[in-house]
Amino acid sequence: MMQPDRPVGLIGYGVYIPRYRIAANEIARIWTDGQSGAPIEAKSVPGPDEDTVTISIEAARNALARSGIRAEQLNAIWIGSESHPYSVKPSGTIVAEALGTTPWISAADWEFACKAGSEALTAGMGMVGSRMAEYVLSIGADTAQGRPGDALEYTASAGAAAFILGPADECLAQIEATVSYVTDTPDFFRRADRPYPVHGNRFTGEPAYFHQIQSSVKRLMHELDRQPQDYTYAILHQPNAKFPQAAAKRLGFTPEQLAPGLLSPKIGNTYSAAALSGLCAALDVAQPGDSILVASYGSGAGSDAYSFVVNEKILERRHLAPLTSVYLERKTFVDYAVYVKWRGKLVMG
Amino acid sequence: MDIAKHWRQRATRYRMQGQRHRETGEIRFPARPSALCEDPAVWEPYILSGRGEIYSFTVLRQSADGFVDLTPYPLAMVRLNEGPLVVAQLTDCEEAELSIGQPVEMVTRRLKDTGEDGVLVYGYKFRPVLS
Repeated sequence: MMQPDRPVGLIGYGVYIPRYRIAANEIARIWTDGQSGAPIEAKSVPGPDEDTVTISIEAARNALARSGIRAEQLNAIWIGSESHPYSVKPSGTIVAEALGTTPWISAADWEFACKAGSEALTAGMGMVGSRMAEYVLSIGADTAQGRPGDALEYTASAGAAAFILGPADECLAQIEATVSYVTDTPDFFRRADRPYPVHGNRFTGEPAYFHQIQSSVKRLMHELDRQPQDYTYAILHQPNAKFPQAAAKRLGFTPEQLAPGLLSPKIGNTYSAAALSGLCAALDVAQPGDSILVASYGSGAGSDAYSFVVNEKILERRHLAPLTSVYLERKTFVDYAVYVKWRGKLVMG
Repeated sequence: MDIAKHWRQRATRYRMQGQRHRETGEIRFPARPSALCEDPAVWEPYILSGRGEIYSFTVLRQSADGFVDLTPYPLAMVRLNEGPLVVAQLTDCEEAELSIGQPVEMVTRRLKDTGEDGVLVYGYKFRPVLS
């Protein structure tokens, strides 16, 4: 279990979900004559002028609005994603410039499949907890790609979640502790220069998602001497609707604990933002004294688990930026033709 | 290559940084060099709120190279709350949703992709204010 020397917490949080959606049955209409069972209802689709940089900027502006600090007070901007617009050129510097924090700031991009964002969160805890930094902005954001016709195409979506970490005495939710569990598991990967990722067949599911998440969550609860019923809410990485519900049941969490942070049925798998946007949604409804357990998952594979305790500052800060529900309710459905045009899947010849 | 041209405008485009007159409080956007008769320090950098309303708008259905993916898209004159009038694309909206006087807010979006070996250009657009 990892705990910083100086207590650390979230002083601001912000989410962003694009306006557009494609229904799972619209994708099934194209590829399976509408016959296949869909893993979710719909997924979010980034607009034609959106990418990981732009969605990170909006989530970060929301987090800053809630934090009450000025952008130039940030000491680091770290963005976790598997869909950075450039292979070489950091997203972090563009986001830092947009927020007005340059030049005296650390900026870097993180990579660990769907848990790149939580890696940035853990690193931010270390920076603030060691007093190397007062405030760190950690972001998980993705505009994920799925190969046309692949099972992944039903779920690979877009979203961003941003958190400003700071000293616990200024926070709206303190991070009590975290654990990281990683193993070399080839469940899902994308080789350099390839446009779409692939699944490692039998490794998906049991030895990957379930093993890593159950390991991290059990260890964290054991070290903190907690039981599932001690938490108000539980947020697990959500690649679809079924996996987090099954993992929660195995771990002893109820559907009621899971519900506020379970966004995947309506927006799909936002990858690096999946567990973290679920945390934002839970913070939107949390009351002082509530506790939240969060576990990310990244293919390759690993899981970071966190234990949060919310305090009274949530009440005055949550309405300083749009709630997650505002973005969830703002939705315009597009058909498969518009989707492939916007997502760059048309070969123009 | 236009890399330098786009780079010079990053503060203006990414975060709507204009200028404020230290004595009169006048705000102008985009930033301009001081007049020959002025003290260069009299205009200080100032980040505008990004809030305003639609002064007028049109919809482009035949667009220039680099904007084909967006077509059709709305283009508007936006009267910013601080006073300046700017021309910018509207995003995240349909033509039928738009009206003159409608409140809008700035978002930073991808303006243009200059090609596989070129830079991505980011900058301000406006959308109807989130409810």
